[in-house]
Amino acid sequence: MEKKIRVLVAKVGLDGHDRGAKVLARFLRDSGFEVIYTGLHRTPQEVAMAAVDEDVDVVGISLHSGAHLALVPKVINYIREYGGNPDEMLILVGGVIPTDDMEKLKEMGVDEVFIPGTPISEIVEFIKTELPRKRMRNESR
Amino acid sequence: MKVDDVVEGIFSGNRRALARAITYVENEYPESKEIMRKIFSKTGKAHVVGLTGFPGVGKSTLVSKLTEEFRNRGKKVGIIAIDPGSPFTGGALLGDRLRLDGMDSRKPLWTDPGIFFRSMSSRGRAGGLAAKTGDVVRLLDAFGFDVILVETVGAGQSEVDIIEVADTSVVVMMPETGDEIQVNKAGILEIGDIYVVNKADLGGAEKVERWLKYMLSLDEESVQMLSQMTHADEARVASGEFFERRKGWSPPVIKTVADRGEGIKELADAIEKHFDYMKETGLIEKRRKERIKRELFEIVMNDVMKLVKERTNYREIIDMTLKNEIDPYTAAEKIIEEVLKNGKKGQ
Repeated sequence: MEKKIRVLVAKVGLDGHDRGAKVLARFLRDSGFEVIYTGLHRTPQEVAMAAVDEDVDVVGISLHSGAHLALVPKVINYIREYGGNPDEMLILVGGVIPTDDMEKLKEMGVDEVFIPGTPISEIVEFIKTELPRKRMRNESR
Repeated sequence: MKVDDVVEGIFSGNRRALARAITYVENEYPESKEIMRKIFSKTGKAHVVGLTGFPGVGKSTLVSKLTEEFRNRGKKVGIIAIDPGSPFTGGALLGDRLRLDGMDSRKPLWTDPGIFFRSMSSRGRAGGLAAKTGDVVRLLDAFGFDVILVETVGAGQSEVDIIEVADTSVVVMMPETGDEIQVNKAGILEIGDIYVVNKADLGGAEKVERWLKYMLSLDEESVQMLSQMTHADEARVASGEFFERRKGWSPPVIKTVADRGEGIKELADAIEKHFDYMKETGLIEKRRKERIKRELFEIVMNDVMKLVKERTNYREIIDMTLKNEIDPYTAAEKIIEEVLKNGKKGQ
């Protein structure tokens, strides 16, 4: 049986803008992914433990609060702390992210940042091409 | 991860190993059989509780509150929550986890090491469960969870597969979902060891409660009647088996308002009481034996079908049937003959 790609769609922190996350969750479902939606106001610890327990391939973090530089690295660190391996997963960030911060997020271990207006098909394509590539890179190291 | 690392990890409480094992089993990786073989001797201790009912009656919220209640009673809780997967795209939106929220914000359920929550897609399968639910239950059992809650896909009227994995089946209802004819239909309302009327703060809860109790009293009368019948043996044997499932246990009807936590203690008490009752009466062995029988037959069926596909000329036999040269019964006999003849070769 072909392994289904599992995606965690997470809202972290205090902002309540979940329309983007919900639309994304729906379209990922229609693209054949198994999507786990966390609901609003999760802490980095909660998102990280969900990512480990659910053994997801992709963690998509949606933020519109401006706290991405503080919260995203925490999620990644906690995944590691709970025994997960962020190098085997794609870590994606979506939301209102200033251009200057995109590179900073990538240096922190984020694979890609998607800002409002990104066609969802682009996110689906990214997951399908980059997930196997990242795993290959990780294995050859 | 290697099989031995996964198994060792499960025995030593490594969540990552458990999570990975579930992935292997769910996707039928070659490693999964080996893992199941190695953990089997450590299974059979947990109390497996199934929750089923129509979509939207509050199963996920009840699971959350029950989890909190069992944690307060010092038990470790594993949860398997199944949502429907699309038969068209294969995709699924698994939305049960987001209901996991405690009343006590100082003890968040999401990061409690005594809780493990796993969402599963039914992947288009009917019956209310995912194909490998039984094996995932065993993995959680071997890991050491005391209570394993299995939440089915929001079921219709005949999704009764939950009894194949659960020791205690809880059927969840809510007001205004039909009249007394609905509760007397066969299927989901025959399987409950405990009935819950959730959202009991809505009007009409007493009516549903009354109907359920009436339905259960008719069950008792059916048992009486069937035990007095001298003929129609087959009917009696068939129904006898069904009523034997309960063996003197009268399923309670419990009213809850899950999102406010009302009735949750009573429900947890009833669940524990049912488990004790099953152990005292030996009913649990009977049910588990039935379950193992069903499971073994399923594995044997799958293996036999594999032999049919690999070791027989089934394609030719299908063509012969298509041309009306032989009938389907004779065709089936031919295939079985070939399996018996060729089945052992080259193994």
